[in-house]
Order: sequence, then C-alpha cells, then structure tokens
Amino acid sequence: MAAVQTSRQRLANRLAIAAVIVVTLIFLAPIYWIGSTAFKPRALATTVPPTVLFQPEITPFIKLFTKRVQLTRPVEEEVYEAAPWWERRIYDGGERVLRVGDSVQLSGYPDRFKNSLIVAVTSTLLAVSMGTLTAYGFSRFRVPGEQDWLFFILSTRMLPPVVVAIPMFLMYRAVGMTDTHIGLIILYTAFNLSFSVWLMKGFIDEIPKEYEEAALVDGYTRMQAFFKIVLPEATTGIAATAVFCFITAWNEYAFALMLTNRDAQTAPPFIPAQVGSGLTDWTAIAAGTFLFLLPVAIFTFLLRNHLLRGMSFGAIRK
Amino acid sequence: MAHIELRGITKKFGATTALRKLDLQIGDGEFFVLLGQTGAGKTTTLRLIAGLEKPTEGQIFIDGVDVGTWGPAERDVALVLQQYSLYPRYTVRENLEFPLKAKIRRVEPDEMRDRVARAAKILRIEHLLDRKTERLSGGEMQRVSIGRAIVRKPRVFLMDEPLSALDAKLREALRTELKNLQMTLGATFLFVTHDQIEAMSMADKIGVLDRGRLVQTGTPNEIYNNPRNTFVARSVGSPPINLFEGRLQGGRAVIKPGTFELPLNGQAVPDEGRPIIFGVRPEDVSVEPGAAVEATVHDVENHGVEKILTLNAAQTIFRATVPATLKVEVDETVRCAWNPQKVILFDGSSGLSLRHAG
Repeated sequence: MAAVQTSRQRLANRLAIAAVIVVTLIFLAPIYWIGSTAFKPRALATTVPPTVLFQPEITPFIKLFTKRVQLTRPVEEEVYEAAPWWERRIYDGGERVLRVGDSVQLSGYPDRFKNSLIVAVTSTLLAVSMGTLTAYGFSRFRVPGEQDWLFFILSTRMLPPVVVAIPMFLMYRAVGMTDTHIGLIILYTAFNLSFSVWLMKGFIDEIPKEYEEAALVDGYTRMQAFFKIVLPEATTGIAATAVFCFITAWNEYAFALMLTNRDAQTAPPFIPAQVGSGLTDWTAIAAGTFLFLLPVAIFTFLLRNHLLRGMSFGAIRK
Repeated sequence: MAHIELRGITKKFGATTALRKLDLQIGDGEFFVLLGQTGAGKTTTLRLIAGLEKPTEGQIFIDGVDVGTWGPAERDVALVLQQYSLYPRYTVRENLEFPLKAKIRRVEPDEMRDRVARAAKILRIEHLLDRKTERLSGGEMQRVSIGRAIVRKPRVFLMDEPLSALDAKLREALRTELKNLQMTLGATFLFVTHDQIEAMSMADKIGVLDRGRLVQTGTPNEIYNNPRNTFVARSVGSPPINLFEGRLQGGRAVIKPGTFELPLNGQAVPDEGRPIIFGVRPEDVSVEPGAAVEATVHDVENHGVEKILTLNAAQTIFRATVPATLKVEVDETVRCAWNPQKVILFDGSSGLSLRHAG
C-alpha cells in the first residue's frame, strides 16, 4: 500500500480530529467547571456569565475541612492578627472556625471520604475476586445449566436498582445494617458481581486452557495453575473490571443516601448537604467534588495501559 | 519409562462417543504412534492418559497400577502440544524450570540448573535460554516445549501433533531429532498424528484409530503390508493404495470381465464368484510391454527418482509408481500388471482383509 495520502483523506482525518476535540471539550466542560469553582472566591462562584479569569484561592478547601459559624459581630483586631493564615481567610468570609478548647473542629468531609474509600475499595476487591473465580468456574468446567445461571446472574442488573430501594431499606433496618460499612460493601459487591462475572468470563475464555493443562501435567494443582498461569494472563481483564466496579461503587448516591447517615456515610450524599452556614457555599461543594474525583482519576491513570486493551477487548486479539 | 495399558476405555462427551471399548498396550521404551483423522479420538486418548479427562468406562494402567483416581500431576507424564504449550511472559529458561519447581518434585537448584542445561544442549536451544517465548520461531518454540518435557524425566512422553504446525522442512528435521531423542532417552513415547509419514518414519508401533475404535496395531511394516481392512490400507502409503472392486473367478481377479483381469498366483481362496476388493500398492503395479492389461496414461507426476502414473484401464483409475527412467507420455497406451504376491484381498462387503479374517 502506498503511504501517500490524498488531500481528501487528509481532510477527512482533520475533520475526525476536530470532532474528537469538540467531543472531548464537551465532556471536560463540567470537570473544568467544578475544578475552577473549587478555587474561586465565593462571590465569583455564581456570577453570570461565569468568571473565567480570577485569582485562585485555597479558601474553599479550608471551608471544606472545617466547621464554621457565622460571625455575629466583627472579629477583634488582635484575634485576627493572632490567627493563622488559613483562619483569617474564614474571618474574611464573615465566619469563624469552631474550636473546642484549642483544637479546630473538623468537618465531616475527611471521615466521609475515608468511608467512601473503605466501601469502594473493599467492595471492588470482593466483586473482582469473586467474579474472577466464578468466571473461571464457568469458563473451565462443565456447569449444569450454565447458560441459565449466567442469565440469572445478569438478570440481577435488569431492573433499576431504585426499584428495590424500599425493600432494601426495610431489610437493612431489620437486621441492623443501616449506616454500617459492611452494609454498603455487601450491597455494592452484589451489585457489581454480575458485571464482574460476565466481564471476567469473556477475558478468561480468551486464555487458552492449554496453558493450565500443561501446568497440571507439569505437576501443579488446579489452584496453583490458576494463580501462576491464569491470573497473570488475566491482569488486563481484572484491571478493567476493577476500574468499572470501583467507579460504580465510588459514585453510588441513592443507596448511600438512604442507608447511611453518619458513621458509614460516603462522600456522595455528604457533599451536597455541605451547605455551610447561611447560603449554599458552592465553592466548598465544588472543592469537595473536586477532591472526590481524584481517586478515580488516579486509579484509572495507574491502570491506563490495561484499560486500553480492556476497552477494545474482543476487537483486538493477542 | 513405563508400560501403559488401556483396558476397555469408552469416553463419551454428552451424546457423542469419542472412544469405544479401546484396548491398547504400549511397551516400555516404545515409540508408539496413534494415527487417525481429525475426530478419531487420538487427542482424547492422550488426555485420558494424562489425566486431563476421566474415562466414561474402562481402566488405565501405568506400570500395572490403575491410575484412574490419580490427577495429572501424580501420573508423572509429560505432554507436548501442537501449540499454546509454552507459558507466556516467561523466558525459555523459566519455561524449562517451571515443571521442576512444582512442589511435588522438589528439585534442588543445582540439579535444576543441570537438567535445564542438559535439555538445552540436547535440543540445541542454549542460546535461547534468556529469551522471552514470544520472540521464538515456531520450531524453537516446539523445541522448548519438548525440552520442558525432557527436564522432568517423566515416565511417559505424550505428544499431540507436535510437528503439524511447523513447515515441511523443519518438520522433517524435528522428526529425525525426536526419534533420536527417544532412542537416547530410552523413554516411552506416545505420539499422536494424522500424518502417515510421521507415523511410518518414527514409530516402533502404530495404532490406527477410526472414529473412536482402534482398528489395528502393529509395526509400520505390518500396517503397511498386512492391513486389517481397507481403512488401514488407505491410511498409510503415498500415493495411496489402489483398491479394485471385483470378483474371484478361476483363481483370477476379475475387475472388468475380459478387459481387466489379473492372476493371483494361488492367493485365491476357494470362494468362486465372491465379491472382493483387491488392494495393491502403486509400487507393486508394473508397466511393461506385453503385460496383461491395457491402460491409458491419465497423468504423469515426476518425483525425481520415480514417476507416479495415473492410469485408466477399463474406466478404472489407479496409480503406479515406476522408475523415472521409464519414458511415458500422457494419453499414451501402455500395458501393466501387478505383483500377485503383494495383492491384498479384502472382503467385498466388510472390507476386512481375508488374511486377518481367515
């Protein structure tokens, strides 16, 4: 094939690239909006049209992490002077940071963030490991009624989760699992499991069973062969599945809102409730959302090489 | 090194029967080749011996011990497959070490290095030891996978068409190497193939499988010269054996009355008029002036030292292997005959050799 491009092909290429750029910008716009709002002074957060150029400040994050109340009278000069730089920012906004004795009262955000991490990481680990083992079983052994089982597993995803919200709530209340980590972990694991089984089955089906059989004959047990041969070959699939499961668990809002309220509450229901004192402080909410986006972004970035293969799975063979 | 015996093995996969009542003996130190078409049950037999499948019925003995309940790891057999047999991501050395690292074997590191070095030397892959397996050629991969079998010193080597994915030249070279290797190691080999040349050139014994049944076992010589039925007769020999349908009349083979009749030199059984299939190998057909049957030359294939003629006598097509020095042209009329001693008589309806059936 000649490598020479006709001018028509070049034009088509440019148009395609332009389209990709436009679509990417559309997708990035809300993220830019959140990111910029997280660093805006409060007064600029809701201006119409939006302010694009401004002096970025860290105040929204300080607000995000502290408990504050409205000042009823101006703060005294010497108190202001004695305060650390970050506390002055709060005074500037007409609020003061709540203290008990000398220690600053932290907002609920760090704990909620930690809850989100615990719940999402644990449920992802569970869903992926259980899904991988189940998929392996379906892929390698004769399971009576295999197609029916797989359909049953998939069917758990066929109705909108919110349909089962009320029975779930009642069940959780009856067994005392509301507002517990384990409650949410079980829920998210169950929710992600069907997805994980199906995705992993596809990946494991692609690994020739000859590898394991060779290992079996070479003196390894089924379990050893699985860990030594199958698992390394399935890394790509596992990574892709893990990212999807993690994102689902991390972003889940409705059940978290309904089933948790304090101890085990995750970040998604907490952030919008973070209204501060007085009017809704959009900058603090944006700051919370911005931080909340980071783990998914980091996780995805770390696994990006695997993901590319995982996404195009089926289209490209080894 | 071991003796293998299969006794009354039947293997069903759902509704299909892969093997029926198979009895098979493989002697210690024997190079046994299972020959059969795709779907004849060769691979299934191998997998049953390896322990990767369980027989529906029957027993498998290795050195006289029933291994029915043993897993693949315990049977101590080595398996070489046509492809996918090397572990990806590993180097050649890691592949060779892999079976030795299994917990059931507990090979000391020194011993391991020794064995890998020895296997690499035998197979001439020493220069490849630190290479990743993805970067090997087909022939190198197959050497490594044979090496992985050798390092273990298994009781039996099971090989599932290990050469069929390779190109012709390499296949020929590895064939010789494998045969030499088997003799050096004195090991028991069970080699599965659909390639009759592999079977004939390497085997001490050949077993011919037809749709799950073992039709005949014997030395390559027996299989070639004394096939049990027309199926076995057709499965070895190149060009394939000529099979003529005809009758016995007055101690002669009558294929087309009047125009195509040949003598049998007393081979005839006293069944006058019985329908018979006469089998004769192309090299036992001679073309010479004054011979009994007239035929036209349909095609000439020159193979260097010999020519393969496709002849047409009385609307019956058959082949003859003749010296290359014989001058013949297509469409020429020649006279031909067969070596009556070499003609094999098969029953006209069952296809069984009369020598075997009595």
